[in-house]
Amino acid sequence: MPVYSEKVMDHFMKPRNVGEIENADGVGEVGNPVCGDMMTFYIKVKDNRLSDVKFKTFGCGAAIAVSSIASEMAMGKTLEEARKITPSLVAKELEGLPKNKLHCSNLGAQALNKAIDNYLERQGQKVTTKRRKNENEPTARGKREKAVLPLL
Amino acid sequence: MKKAYLDNIATTLVLPEVLEAMLPYFRDVYGNPASLHDWGDGAREAIEEARGQVAALIGSRPEEIIFTGSGTEANNFAIKGLAQAQQSRGKHIVISGIEHFSVLHSAKTLEKRGFEVTRIPVDRHGLVHPDAVAKSLREDTILVSIMHANSEVGTIEPIAEIAKVVKRAGALFHTDAVATGGTIPIDVKELEVDALSLAANQFYGPKGVGALWLRKGTRIIPLLDGGVQEEGRRAGTENVPAIVGMGKAAELARQGMSPRTAHLSRLRDRLIQGLIATIDHTILTGHPGQRLPGNASFCIEFIEGEAMLMLLASEGIAASSGSACTSRALKTSHVLTAMGIPPEIAQGSLLFSLGVDNTEEDVDYVLEALPPIVDRLRQMSPLYGKFLKSQRGVR
Repeated sequence: MPVYSEKVMDHFMKPRNVGEIENADGVGEVGNPVCGDMMTFYIKVKDNRLSDVKFKTFGCGAAIAVSSIASEMAMGKTLEEARKITPSLVAKELEGLPKNKLHCSNLGAQALNKAIDNYLERQGQKVTTKRRKNENEPTARGKREKAVLPLL
Repeated sequence: MKKAYLDNIATTLVLPEVLEAMLPYFRDVYGNPASLHDWGDGAREAIEEARGQVAALIGSRPEEIIFTGSGTEANNFAIKGLAQAQQSRGKHIVISGIEHFSVLHSAKTLEKRGFEVTRIPVDRHGLVHPDAVAKSLREDTILVSIMHANSEVGTIEPIAEIAKVVKRAGALFHTDAVATGGTIPIDVKELEVDALSLAANQFYGPKGVGALWLRKGTRIIPLLDGGVQEEGRRAGTENVPAIVGMGKAAELARQGMSPRTAHLSRLRDRLIQGLIATIDHTILTGHPGQRLPGNASFCIEFIEGEAMLMLLASEGIAASSGSACTSRALKTSHVLTAMGIPPEIAQGSLLFSLGVDNTEEDVDYVLEALPPIVDRLRQMSPLYGKFLKSQRGVR
């Protein structure tokens, strides 16, 4: 079994915000059971803020911990702020993930982003330009991000 | 906290009698078996005694036992060593799709060196059919290797029947008996194989020692070149304490086999029946009847194996899984895949492998601890949610 940080174990053993939101404003589903992990994020938006975030996850310990912390990180944020939750931020917040589990942090950030996309679509807005624009910033973090993404 | 070790597929414990037998060979009898003095004589005699004990376990002659550093080495030795020794006769090798990596990857290595390998499919129970082997055989087939039992799903293969087919074709037949050696009765004369691999840590002996039984007169090319240890077939100073431990473990296994089997089968059946009865959407993997006495392997639908293992570990229970997330390479168990189990079901793989020290209480503890774990993960699983919705739709 991979060695997980205490933070990962904490979020795995006591995951926050598990569940579905009935009448969610946005839903994002990523991964598929054939690949091993699947995450669904549900968001409720009020005044441009995520007033509620819930998730359901099929996957390993890392996948569950990633979902839990991503939901916690997103809770109460504006849509723009929530967009800035990247895989590497998720992994950092979890005090690191084993190398072969880094792809799980991608899924968490993606599911959240997809739920926001879905919300904006429902609002009739174009979403393409907004996707992950923070990742093009030439920061050290942005560089690390690129190292993680090809794992997908 | 209560603790229950049900991961004997990874390794069994070392029995106290085995450890006791080994200790003098670290402490007092430390000589090199090749040396011509008292120190060497003691070590050499101990190895020969162990050779006799291992031979007795499988009904062979002592001189047909070659000690190795592991079951993996025994498999590598058999596949590469026999294929190389036979290569003037042909280049074709036959294995099954559910072999241990030490066989699969040895065959792959040989493929790169110009050999041709046929991998035989198995049925949904993990059985290799003798007819399928017969169909795969060619005039230039030099070696067939089919495992005696698969420890991951517990299925015991019809080796004696397959041996007849292989013999008719004139090829050599090796069987990886790492999962069965010391666990179920083996008589190499009845099995009619030419080579057979064993590992001590699968029958309460130490890690780091195994053996290859090789029928007398069979040519093999050594993996290791060096001195003339093991009749020149396996160079390197012998691991005397480990070999002594393997011998002792073999003796204990032979003497205690039938009560051990009865004990393990009883616990296994209690676990299988209890688990299937309490957790719905659970599939028993492997053959329902023809299976290892200590193997209870399942796929639990809608959830993933590693998550189950972590929650079980938090309750003091050791088990294993063939799910992709559990493996370092993130690949689903090739055994479950070969049996035609869909990947999303295989993700829920959970394997309990029992040992002689397990008790009924251990099994009952698992039966008590697992259902809430499964429940908890299913509550979290989008697949389970979708399944429930679809059920409601039907009604």
